[in-house]
Amino acid sequence: MLSRVASNLYWMSRYVERAENTARVLDVTWRMSLLVKEPRLQDQEWFAPLNITGTLFPFSGRHSLVCAKEVLHFMALDPENPCSIYSCAKQARENARAVRGALTSEMWEVVNSTWLEMQQMDEARMNARGVSAFFDWVKERSHLFRGVTFGTMRRDDAYHFTRLGTHIERADSTARILDVKYHILLPSVKDVGRAVDYYQWSAVLRSVSAFEAYRKVYRDAITPIKLAELLILRDDLPRSLAFCMRQVSETLEIVQNDRSAETLRQAGQILSQLRYGRIADIFASGLHEYLTDYLDAMQELGTHIQGSFFSPTLPR
Amino acid sequence: MALKQYHNEMYLADGKVRPHYEPFAQWLSETPPERIAQDRHAADLLFHRVGITFAVYGEASGTERLIPFDIVPHVIPAERWDVLARGLKQRVTALNRFLHDVYHDREILAAGKVPEDQVLGNSQYRPEMVGIDVPGGVYAHIAGVDLVKNADGEYYVLEDNLRTPSGVSYMLENRKMMMRLFPELFATQHIRPVDHYPDLLLETLREVAPRDVESPVIVLLTPGHFNSAYFEHAFLAQQMGIELVEGQDLFVQDDTVFMRTTQGPQRVDVVYRRIDDDFLDPLAFRPDSMLGVPGLLSAFRAGRVALANAIGTGVADDKSLYPYVPEMIRFYLGEEPILKNVPTYQLRDPKDLAYTLAHLPELVVKETQGSGGYGMLVGPTASKDEIENYRRRIVDAPERFIAQPTLSLSLVPTFCGDALSPRHIDLRPYVLSGNEVRFVPGGLTRVALREGSLVVNSSQGGGVKDTWVVD
Repeated sequence: MLSRVASNLYWMSRYVERAENTARVLDVTWRMSLLVKEPRLQDQEWFAPLNITGTLFPFSGRHSLVCAKEVLHFMALDPENPCSIYSCAKQARENARAVRGALTSEMWEVVNSTWLEMQQMDEARMNARGVSAFFDWVKERSHLFRGVTFGTMRRDDAYHFTRLGTHIERADSTARILDVKYHILLPSVKDVGRAVDYYQWSAVLRSVSAFEAYRKVYRDAITPIKLAELLILRDDLPRSLAFCMRQVSETLEIVQNDRSAETLRQAGQILSQLRYGRIADIFASGLHEYLTDYLDAMQELGTHIQGSFFSPTLPR
Repeated sequence: MALKQYHNEMYLADGKVRPHYEPFAQWLSETPPERIAQDRHAADLLFHRVGITFAVYGEASGTERLIPFDIVPHVIPAERWDVLARGLKQRVTALNRFLHDVYHDREILAAGKVPEDQVLGNSQYRPEMVGIDVPGGVYAHIAGVDLVKNADGEYYVLEDNLRTPSGVSYMLENRKMMMRLFPELFATQHIRPVDHYPDLLLETLREVAPRDVESPVIVLLTPGHFNSAYFEHAFLAQQMGIELVEGQDLFVQDDTVFMRTTQGPQRVDVVYRRIDDDFLDPLAFRPDSMLGVPGLLSAFRAGRVALANAIGTGVADDKSLYPYVPEMIRFYLGEEPILKNVPTYQLRDPKDLAYTLAHLPELVVKETQGSGGYGMLVGPTASKDEIENYRRRIVDAPERFIAQPTLSLSLVPTFCGDALSPRHIDLRPYVLSGNEVRFVPGGLTRVALREGSLVVNSSQGGGVKDTWVVD
């Protein structure tokens, strides 16, 4: 298929997935912020979404106060923020529009009408329907997009590059969500392992729809080490790193060409570390450090995918 | 202006419904206005959701507008259409013969039937095409012939669009919409289908592939998603199952066209291009074109790729050559023209110029190379200032203009607000030429939504209607 089209499809689904994950991060932050805590810690969790998405710097350039209202607006609705849900919906639609011919009409309609509805959204409307309801809507649109992709698209390269975008983005974002706890100061040392801590970890689980899965797999209280194992190493949980990387790796096998050997090798390397890694080792060297290395590797893989498949093929 | 001087497609002069409109009129009288209002609203929503929009030049970049759709169809009796169809086939065949001739033996010029300087000195004439043989001798594979019905009830050809005529996607979507909203109308009468147009187009494009292969690679070359007709390009590519490419997706090597794919370069046989000649190949035409493919002309001349339409077709649909089309039909086919031409004054001719300048308020004046309704003067509806401004433009370069009597475009009732009101229409059938000439019955009906307006172009406030050929 056309390199340009493959690139647009890949980015279209990355942006849809990014919008969903941003909604998930904001939702979990919102839920955490509702927990009772000391006044001096008021609003401290709102640093998390900014840190996770790497937008603290642009945010603080235009806002003096990190608080629920400001961060929610910045991350959800701000057209000036390229990472906002608004911008993601727009980018997804722009990419889709550029390759309409490669989409099924149902896919186009989902992406297009999401953008049309998104444009109607403002702070008053978001608050009126409830912040969580808005995040649910974003997630539903993303679910719908995936369902329509799964249910209407021929299993050709267009499909594979669309799926590749979804899993690359999600592999990146689950790691960032898992890292959220690092960015949130624990209320105080004595709270570790107590109610607040429990709620925070369960919020992380819920944000990646893995709460029930955790219960089924471990039948045990929520501990950071088990939770990390679930989200990093379990390859049967659709938002875990191992699952996403397996999908990425398999997709790359299908679409590979004579310039993609290094890309496949890198994906394979990341995957085998997840497949054969042990959670105890990961914690021994530090979860945050592990995730940072992983995100760097993902970044490089993304660059290689760009080079192997999307950069124009020069003659001879 | 009294309405009775116009031909009304639906009503006779005495107010009775014409027979071919009776089933529709019946349905209209029996259907509650609330349902019609509701369905008209539904149509708007659906068009928006499907994204059938066009960009308007001159407005803020990226402005997308919905082309207004009216639910009252333009109905043509089958026996009337069959005559039109023969006329269209005749006309487009002759135009293709003319194009082949002017780039080869120039017999029609030698015979003095068409003035040589008007052809060879025309800015749309492409010397690069001289002596080049195109597959099947077909130059204009896709033609959009604009027809209007005058007060006398006769059809006239307004212009032949032989470069990159657009609008066919609206024809297809309008029909889809009507069938979706009002299936009962299609159950009670025989309305000839149009939705096989993409199949006919694909067949036509396949036939002109220069390489003898089982399934030639065909692509649709678009200027990109900022172009006003991008929706249509994407739509047609999807309907035909071919790649929608931009200039940057193609490259030429050894006079062979390739597209860049995720699996490496793939050879291309036929390019259905929706880019004007000028922008097609920066090496041959405008060097500043970012839309084209360097080397494309050379590959085309080498016969290694087919272009639809071919390069240089503009010389045959130029408005200054339009008056000679009936002569072309007689010359090449030995037949009398079936479709009428509008009498045309050529302002390069001092006599015609003098007449035109004396009668500007009655005439329509057009630039010979304009399109899309941009830059024309409609005398009867223009203000004094507009006429005087236009007069100065004509005097500066008379050879760039033609003038025609203002035609009384026929009327079809059209929803304006919640009431029906007559509005002027034209009809653009799409004529496909490959090994044979093909078309779907009808075409795109455009309607001027402003009261009294004769300009139907979508860029000038025009809308569209479904076109029915009924048996």
